[in-house]
Amino acid sequence: MIRESAPSTTLQAIRPLVRIENVRKSFGKHEVLKDITLNVNPGEVTCLLGPSGSGKSTLLRCINHLESIDGGRIYVDDDLIGYRQQGEKIYEMHPKEIARQRRNIGMVFQKFNLFPHKTAIENITEAPTGVKGLAKGNASKRAMELLDRVGLADWASHYPAQLSGGQQQRVAIARALAMDPKLMLFDEPTSALDPELVGDVLDVMRSLASQGMTMIVVTHEIGFARGAGDQVVFMDGGVVVEQGDPAQVISAPRHERTKAFIESVLK
Amino acid sequence: MTSPISTGTAPTVSLAAEVKAIPLRRPWRWISAAVLLAVVALFVESLLTNKNIEYPAIGRYLFDTHILAGVWLTLVLTVLSMVVSTLLAILIAAMRLSTNPVLSTLSWLYVWLFRGTPLLVQIVLWGYLGLLYSRLSVGIPLTDVVFWSVDTNSLITAFVAGFLALTLNEAAYSSEIVRAGMLSVDEGQREAAYSLGMSPLYTFSRILLPQAMRVIIPPMGNELISMLKNTSLLSVIAVLELYTQASLISSQNLKQVELLAVVSIWYLFMTSVLSVPQYYLERRFGRGASRTLPPTPLQRLRAMLADRTRPTETLQVKP
Repeated sequence: MIRESAPSTTLQAIRPLVRIENVRKSFGKHEVLKDITLNVNPGEVTCLLGPSGSGKSTLLRCINHLESIDGGRIYVDDDLIGYRQQGEKIYEMHPKEIARQRRNIGMVFQKFNLFPHKTAIENITEAPTGVKGLAKGNASKRAMELLDRVGLADWASHYPAQLSGGQQQRVAIARALAMDPKLMLFDEPTSALDPELVGDVLDVMRSLASQGMTMIVVTHEIGFARGAGDQVVFMDGGVVVEQGDPAQVISAPRHERTKAFIESVLK
Repeated sequence: MTSPISTGTAPTVSLAAEVKAIPLRRPWRWISAAVLLAVVALFVESLLTNKNIEYPAIGRYLFDTHILAGVWLTLVLTVLSMVVSTLLAILIAAMRLSTNPVLSTLSWLYVWLFRGTPLLVQIVLWGYLGLLYSRLSVGIPLTDVVFWSVDTNSLITAFVAGFLALTLNEAAYSSEIVRAGMLSVDEGQREAAYSLGMSPLYTFSRILLPQAMRVIIPPMGNELISMLKNTSLLSVIAVLELYTQASLISSQNLKQVELLAVVSIWYLFMTSVLSVPQYYLERRFGRGASRTLPPTPLQRLRAMLADRTRPTETLQVKP
């Protein structure tokens, strides 16, 4: 909404940043993702909605290979995630190569998962210094900028246990941004927060979206999906039931299941 | 003692007043304490009046040069074995937790072997290694090429045998402690580290292990103390540690009880001293676990002294 042009309206064919092609995933005999195909254009915010157990979190975790997929392909910036393809053959990747791919993909978790033995600023500088080899001074300077951006410049030397849930989640966002990712994944980022703390986190996410970050957000915040989303995807039972413009999917859903879900959430 | 009760002006007490309840009487505490004291007094009396103990001998041997040399060797062996075995334990635990089946099987076998046989047997075996292999050599197997060769008994001295036995045995136990610590760290920590592009090894050493330390240190304190005392088992292969030195002296002067007392005093002293670093390590690795760190013993002592002085001050103010 804030961006000038919705990518779908431009005439030029935009290459999607994320391409999810016919992805399948099972846990034991239970198939949680059944042939999912989905594209995410650069600079767009995609919101994944759906009841719990619909497979939306699993799909998100497949994008940075925290879960391996059983079928299909996932490409981020034309990079096949988790595997190497040569001709017809698919090779498993070395953990170090997977780690290299993950540097381009930031992730924010429902339970924050900050490192409890490190202060807020150490949480942010750990990966840039340890993984990217950034000098400590530069990393700290950048970390302070990021903390300032999420409104926590005064909390740099606090340990996670000394921060509220909302503050922890904003540090977690800053930590992911410190790696300069091309894509940000949010896995129910506000579900573990007290209601009055949700707003601060959503504000940070909105400002990130307005600055052109490509985001995939698993959420139950219908308001956020409608306001900040460029695309809403409704999943149920491991399939994409409906996808499209947020206003249309949320206000005038075509499918019964979508309708029932939206009604139950808005109640 | 009775002043707080007599000064209470009952009718005007407001609801917000401090609670000054009369303590519940607990007569059994006094009775059991008296019985305990009596038993202890009887025991001490039986020791002090015992003609079979020559007390001056204990004082004489406490700082005997041989005993002090034994104390030193005991400490050296304890610290050396503990440090090396801890490093080894981390390696074994990491191997056990790795997805590599070769490494995890090897680790399992190691723990099975070294935990499944008595420490005493392992000590004697290392001490008698020369009986099993008279020479140790480095060369190309199945050929006559030998780069380096040495007589086993000159390389594996009693000290080295003792060090190896204690270290390898302890590593098996400690590795299970380290593994338990690693399992106690939330799975979300690994996922967060991976999502930031950290490799499995980096995640293990920088994210998971430091958090596991909080769980690992208390049982490791236990291991350190049992390691200190287990060095006395090395007397069977004639390592000149504290207990060996004491038994060498008592075998000559037949003052067994006095020298056992000397040994016990030293072990008690050393175990008491060794529990201090544990406290500071727990504090260090407890960072971030709670909102405020517990005070150090020094801070606690100061707080206690401050507490002692405060009531007397208020008493002086009251009248």
